[in-house]
Amino acid sequence: MLDKALTGSRRYWTWVLVLLAFIGVGFLFYLKQFSYGLGLTGLSRDVSWGFYISQFTFLVGVAASAVMLVIPYYLHDYKKFGKIVILGEFLAVAAVTMCILFIFVDMGQPMRILNVILHPTPNSILFWDTIVLSGYLLLNIIIGWTTLESDRYQVAPPSWVKPLIYISIPWAISIHTVTAFIYAGLPGRHFWLTAIMAARFLASAFASGPALLILMSMLVRNLTKFDPGREQIQAIGKIVTYAMSANVFFFLLEIFTAFYSRIPGHMSSFEYLFVGLEGHGRLVPLMWTSAVLAVFSLILLINPATRKNERTLAVAAAAVFISLWIDKGFGLIVGGFVPNMFERVTEYWPTLPETFITLGVWAMGFLILTILYKVAVGVREETAGIETEH
Amino acid sequence: MSINRREFLKFAGLTIAGVGLSATNPFFRNSTEAIQVSPMPEALKAKRWAMVIDIRKFKTEDDYKRVIEACHSIHNVPNFGNPKDEIKWIWTEDYEHAFPGQENPYLPESLKHKPFILLCNHCENPPCVRVCPTKATFKRPDGIVMQDMHRCIGCRFCMAACPYGARSFNYRNPRPFIKEPNPEYPSRMIGVVEKCTFCTERLDKGLMPACVEKSNGAMIFGDLSDPNSEVRKVLSQHYSIRRKQELGTQPGVFYIIGGDENAG
Amino acid sequence: MYDGGKIIFGIIIFLAIVTFPFYSNIGKAVTKPDPKLDTPEIKKLTEKKCVESKEFMRAEHMKLLNQWRDSVVRERNRIYTSSEGRLYQMSLQNTCMKCHSNKKKFCDECHKYADVNPYCWDCHLQPKESES
Repeated sequence: MLDKALTGSRRYWTWVLVLLAFIGVGFLFYLKQFSYGLGLTGLSRDVSWGFYISQFTFLVGVAASAVMLVIPYYLHDYKKFGKIVILGEFLAVAAVTMCILFIFVDMGQPMRILNVILHPTPNSILFWDTIVLSGYLLLNIIIGWTTLESDRYQVAPPSWVKPLIYISIPWAISIHTVTAFIYAGLPGRHFWLTAIMAARFLASAFASGPALLILMSMLVRNLTKFDPGREQIQAIGKIVTYAMSANVFFFLLEIFTAFYSRIPGHMSSFEYLFVGLEGHGRLVPLMWTSAVLAVFSLILLINPATRKNERTLAVAAAAVFISLWIDKGFGLIVGGFVPNMFERVTEYWPTLPETFITLGVWAMGFLILTILYKVAVGVREETAGIETEH
Repeated sequence: MSINRREFLKFAGLTIAGVGLSATNPFFRNSTEAIQVSPMPEALKAKRWAMVIDIRKFKTEDDYKRVIEACHSIHNVPNFGNPKDEIKWIWTEDYEHAFPGQENPYLPESLKHKPFILLCNHCENPPCVRVCPTKATFKRPDGIVMQDMHRCIGCRFCMAACPYGARSFNYRNPRPFIKEPNPEYPSRMIGVVEKCTFCTERLDKGLMPACVEKSNGAMIFGDLSDPNSEVRKVLSQHYSIRRKQELGTQPGVFYIIGGDENAG
Repeated sequence: MYDGGKIIFGIIIFLAIVTFPFYSNIGKAVTKPDPKLDTPEIKKLTEKKCVESKEFMRAEHMKLLNQWRDSVVRERNRIYTSSEGRLYQMSLQNTCMKCHSNKKKFCDECHKYADVNPYCWDCHLQPKESES
């Protein structure tokens, strides 16, 4: 079926070329980083995780969102999602690949990465993260490809796919819970040491991923002959609404605990992010943008008129995605390191090489997404009008 | 018999996978014969190494510098000249920043600005060891939290986990920034985490850690599990505190603060 | 042949790349590695013996160094009893390189020939080469 990605319009190939260009530039910058060291980034002794790890954290959420299509279709027989579950599964593949790439570029000694397998350490959350991420990638590739191929030839998928699909549901929850555990179990950092971390991660995952899916579905409808369906997009919109409401609510719960208890350790990171601390406030404009976008998106989503209107729904979905990208991408990770363990402030901002490497990895993810979506859309266009059951 | 392409590919794939897996089978690998090793006879032994820093005995700027220089020079710790890439195994901080959470605006003035010596606490219950995915940082039976630079993949999870900011990362190649390399000790390479090791290379040869030796009695080092050790004696005579005790990490570095005797 | 032009062009490019290592080395002679044992420290030794025999070291020094590394760093054992019963400190810098102090004329000779790049010396300081 991969041959479907080798034929395309001029617009398609231009897009692929642009992505390849970004990947090339990112790769060249990575070579520089490999020889000079991670000092090429904005990381420091105090802020030892930054842009790369934050992108990884955000994308694990996007990856987990495939389950938001799988659960209604496979567990609750919501037949309307039948044609588009594949879009969610392929998005998961692209997102998990990006996660793995981001971890790779962040590592100080990437050539030694096999040490994680050679010296397994079950008490380390990173060990489990490696396992669940790789497993989820494999699951989605196998499930997506097999079901798509069965659709193409209008046969029922082989029986061994069903148990894999059922496994992928708790597995999706696990990838984001494990990623949240990376942060939520560290005794020194009170910004992260909260039980609601995993719940927040899941809520933001189920808001950001499906929001991206809404935008992707609209794009697919505009660019190809495959229409994911208005009703389907509306259903995803409702999922995003509930998930984003939960996410904003959880965030406000955190604010309450921090500022009603008035414990400095709990308050200081929020202060740094939203008002600045000790004269440092580089992230303040970004964080308020994220907050405003979040509220704005909720207004558009909760109001049925603006949710039903696909134009405003698209705006809301974009607002959700950007808001959560800022929140996870900058707020969560950097906030955990500022102030540092001595209550001093060292700020962080990604450098130019770091930004280009990040863009290169995003381009790689989008390239995989483009290719996989081209294949999926190709099959859907081929079998248009034929009802398939699986 | 005829075989179609799909069957052939399945068979070939399984064969390759099988051969590949058999390579990992220890039965087929060259078995490494156990080599004969033993500890040095003069190695110092303990069940729980710990340190007491008597801050009253640090009086001049030179007292601090001597101790820090001792460590950083024999361990080839580089000096990059900027705080972003900074690597330090032992350093100073004032009271408010060494013991956040124990702020006291009415401390004796002399104590408010007095530098404290900070280093890895070699905790009993170290979060860094818990999170390391390769066991590159591990707890020795004698209580020291050790770093295996050969195995470290540079993921920096331990740096996020350490509540005391005791760890540094080689963001660049350290070699050009080592002032006078000590030929008897290695440096580190880029991309690995490093920290104080309680001078294991000296303990294994029967010597005290370098900072303790140069501290002129201000830092006391010994076995906490030995009731007759000097550390136990000093701890039983003075009130001591440890950093962030409420986290349950059970640090192995104790501080005797004193009061007004720090003035002058 | 369908798309014959592109296929033949592709095959030519492929052959050019695959045979590159061969034709780019035509005329270059590679000398047999000649590790030199004439450092001042070795000259001072009465009994010119390494930790183990030459044959063992040639085949196994990589594995031995790995075992030494794990033993010293992870198990605190620093004394090695050789197969002849002699005791040595397990240290690349302080034992091996004390005698074999000429990395360029000893270690690098075989490593360059076999095109291996051990990263030991990224951390372990190598002794200053003496002009010998």
